[in-house]
Amino acid sequence: MIVATNVAFVLICVGVLSTLVRLVIGPSLADRIVATDLFLTFLVMGSAVLSARDGRGTYLEVMLVVAVVGFLGTAIVARFIERRGA
Amino acid sequence: MSPADVVSGILIVSGALLGLVGGIGVLRLPDVFARMHAATKPPTLGLVLVATGAILRVDAISDATLLALVIMLQFLTAPVGAHLIARSAHASGGQVDPATDPDELAEAD
Repeated sequence: MIVATNVAFVLICVGVLSTLVRLVIGPSLADRIVATDLFLTFLVMGSAVLSARDGRGTYLEVMLVVAVVGFLGTAIVARFIERRGA
Repeated sequence: MSPADVVSGILIVSGALLGLVGGIGVLRLPDVFARMHAATKPPTLGLVLVATGAILRVDAISDATLLALVIMLQFLTAPVGAHLIARSAHASGGQVDPATDPDELAEAD
């Protein structure tokens, strides 16, 4: 189990690195919000793996809040792009 | 190591692998819409797999309920958010890759 969670952490870390690269170089605001959305999905995934490793739900509230706030941020920035145009 | 642990480990690793596929796609694909295709579909399934693996592992029933709630929330919000970004990115213009041949949203305008 420890092996599986450690492998999952490594895979998630590589994915997070690639989203961060896209967040920095992404030409438009839409690219950046797509990368941020994926980054928050990775964060939720990582806290699920953490609770699976410990067998306790210490970080599950954080996971729920990040999922909700990530969707709200995406929706609000999408409205902003539509109004401003970028 | 019980059978549930083995199943949960397989689910967690395959879910993280799907997340990694999404990350690579976001880094390498040519325009916003292709990147969004990579960023929404595989990581949503990956999150569902990882959370299911975590449900098999946690002890308390309240933790399992919270993980199930996150799965439902992701299924409800991921398509809505992707639709909002796609609409606004197309409306702000100039971001479609030239290789996109039938641009049906542009023809509809």
